[in-house]
Amino acid sequence: MKKILVAEDSSTMRSLIVATLEAMDDFDLFEAANGFEALRILPREKVDLLITDINMPDINGLELLSFVRTNPLYEETPVIIVSTEGSVRDREKGLKLGANAYLVKPFKPEELQQMVAGLLN
Amino acid sequence: MSQQALEEFLAESEELLEKLNQDLAVLGEGVDSGLENPDLVNGIFRDAHSFKGLAGMFGFNDIADLAHHLENLLDNLRLGKIDLTNSLVDCLFDSLEGLAGLVRGKAENPDFTQDISSYLARIEHLLNGPPVEQEDPLSELNIASSLLDVLTEYEEHRLQTNLKQGHNILLLKVAFSLMTFDTELAALTEAVKQNGEVISTLPGSDNDNPEMLAFQILCGTEDSPETLGERLTIAEMCIDIVASAQGAVPLAMPAAASVEADAQPVPATAPTPGPETSAAIAIAATKETPAQDGVTARSLTSTVRVDIGKLDYLMTIVGELALAKGAIAQLCTDMQAQGVARARDLEKAIHALDRRLNELQNGVMDVRMVPVRQLFDKMNRIVRRMAQELGKKIKLDIRGGDTELDKLIVEDLTDPLMHIIRNALDHGIETPDRRAALSKPEVGTITLCASQRGNHVVIEVGDDGKGIDPEILRLKGVEAGLIAEEANPGRQELFSLLFHPGFSTKEEVSEFSGRGVGMDVVKNNISALSGLIELESEVGKGTLMSLTLPITLAIIKALVVRIKGTDYALPLNSVLETLMLEPGMVQTIEGREVMELRKQTLSLLHIDKLFQLQGDESQSGQFVVVAGFADKRMGIVVDELRGQQDVVIKSLGKSLSFVKGIAGAADLGNQKTILVLDVGGLISETLQLEGAVGV
Repeated sequence: MKKILVAEDSSTMRSLIVATLEAMDDFDLFEAANGFEALRILPREKVDLLITDINMPDINGLELLSFVRTNPLYEETPVIIVSTEGSVRDREKGLKLGANAYLVKPFKPEELQQMVAGLLN
Repeated sequence: MSQQALEEFLAESEELLEKLNQDLAVLGEGVDSGLENPDLVNGIFRDAHSFKGLAGMFGFNDIADLAHHLENLLDNLRLGKIDLTNSLVDCLFDSLEGLAGLVRGKAENPDFTQDISSYLARIEHLLNGPPVEQEDPLSELNIASSLLDVLTEYEEHRLQTNLKQGHNILLLKVAFSLMTFDTELAALTEAVKQNGEVISTLPGSDNDNPEMLAFQILCGTEDSPETLGERLTIAEMCIDIVASAQGAVPLAMPAAASVEADAQPVPATAPTPGPETSAAIAIAATKETPAQDGVTARSLTSTVRVDIGKLDYLMTIVGELALAKGAIAQLCTDMQAQGVARARDLEKAIHALDRRLNELQNGVMDVRMVPVRQLFDKMNRIVRRMAQELGKKIKLDIRGGDTELDKLIVEDLTDPLMHIIRNALDHGIETPDRRAALSKPEVGTITLCASQRGNHVVIEVGDDGKGIDPEILRLKGVEAGLIAEEANPGRQELFSLLFHPGFSTKEEVSEFSGRGVGMDVVKNNISALSGLIELESEVGKGTLMSLTLPITLAIIKALVVRIKGTDYALPLNSVLETLMLEPGMVQTIEGREVMELRKQTLSLLHIDKLFQLQGDESQSGQFVVVAGFADKRMGIVVDELRGQQDVVIKSLGKSLSFVKGIAGAADLGNQKTILVLDVGGLISETLQLEGAVGV
């Protein structure tokens, strides 16, 4: 079963993403409410996909992405960054740092599902 | 949309709205004091952002649109593109009110919507204000591109702001074990925040040691690397100076400004120094960091939201358990009387059960309690807005926000408290000119103070305004036919006129007295909560309104008394003592029965007369229950004292809510329902009837 880590500080948004993924396939889903939790889960579980919000307190999504991309253990792990419409610059930075795809909030469930399917296959 | 999804949306929205409200109040204070709090602004921005995402996901486009505009405005604020002003804070508050209105509407009907164009136009107007000067490029700083690349636009702006403020920009490098890094990092971050601002935290792997995580923390501070290092007392940390107050430290500058705090080499676990560390110092502190006072990043996710109805249900069950226990205890007493062998063991078991039941009851009670701060913060906004509309300058002084009250009571307090504060603002506090002429400080103060006194919580609303003249109240009272012309009522009786439903609220009264507008409604609301409202005022100095409320209405200990063959319950928290009535103790003063108790006159109340009860006269009036509420005392004459019992109070329902002196009904467990007397209400009724006697 594929493992997916969802890092997002808004609990509703996180549960919506999780619900969207659950409706799609049998995944092993891990949830992180902030960068700290994500960092705790990453070394423990070899995840197949990371979905992270950019704007999180303390450790933001870009920092998390950079961590993943600079570590040989995870450098190949696909990453989807989630951001708001306004934060174009942050999104561009994310893509430059090696994000595989980005999602703009609010998004349609199918959009996320297609993206996940594309990256996992 | 399913009902469950809607409820989830509403619950989360409410939480966000509440938090935004609190944070905006703090932000508003910052405008006047000039204090900047970037974490606060960023937090508000993130919440607006969450709100937008939340509404979008649920298909509420109007909310999403307004939240989106708000988010834009806040984004510009946190990025320093617009300045923090009073009109900006007002716009934020009003937009929040707009959001709350939409959410409330959706709660009734998910298709509800309303025009938000005025909010949007106002936000646009602020967004199009004069642009703030552009920021300098950061690329000239001594920061590795690996770090610059992960800074969000906001973090870049914070970096710039720290530079403009002349702070040193330091880069902390530290490594923590995988097992403990979150608590250690949270503690370190917290410690850095005491001395400056954390701009960015970049995690990295330690290639030599897979059990360690390396972190680079970029921060702005007035401290030098040495001072900060000493303050942080973390072993094996490396602090680089990236830019100093005197200007940026250029790349490849010789380490002239650097200090070796200790000859100890950088330990292997620390991140490998990069090219930018030419001006680095290594600090090896003597003390190992303890796992600090529970500072952790995890605490935010450990709460559960529960419908208050479920707690009510649990409370009812607890009450019924207590009743069942009472029945068993009664059986046990009977068995002991009959000399049944193991009755003593049963009694012990009942005691053990009793203790556990108490714990359970306290536990459930505790869950219902919320700090009154939630309520007080709402008042902040009202004060702010009204002060502006009325052209008055007002400071709201909040104290005791951590005092806890039953959630249901807090909810029902909102309207009365709002009313009282509006009155204080509108009629109590004078205009700045008038205050200046009276040599009072131009800024009026409204204090909102909560404190716990025994089983009650007292909420006081005070103002330093013009106060109320009892003489004018007397004239108005005579005019309205509420008091006789020749009567000589006491101060308290005159003040209590303000709570009289028929009392004139005409302009000429409020000009002097200010109050009376709907105060009877406020009083009824407070009485419905078994509370007591009192007023004290001094002309020229101000008015103090005190609300005394029970901590909870859910379950109480009661004294059961018998009057004319009927049992009643008296909440034990308002019973001070009970006395046996001896012949000759009762005196009559001005047609009212009183007795002397420790050199003080105590008014006596005959419930049978008040409720016009008929019946058994044989045992009439054997005992007096001395009841007290706030600082008022009264003696209730009863025929028989029946004993103590835990009771769960149930409301009599709306159709009987006009009945005075009854707080509700309770089940005694033997299929018998009795009425619970409302001591606060009875005292204030007696007060009004009797004027200044005996209280």
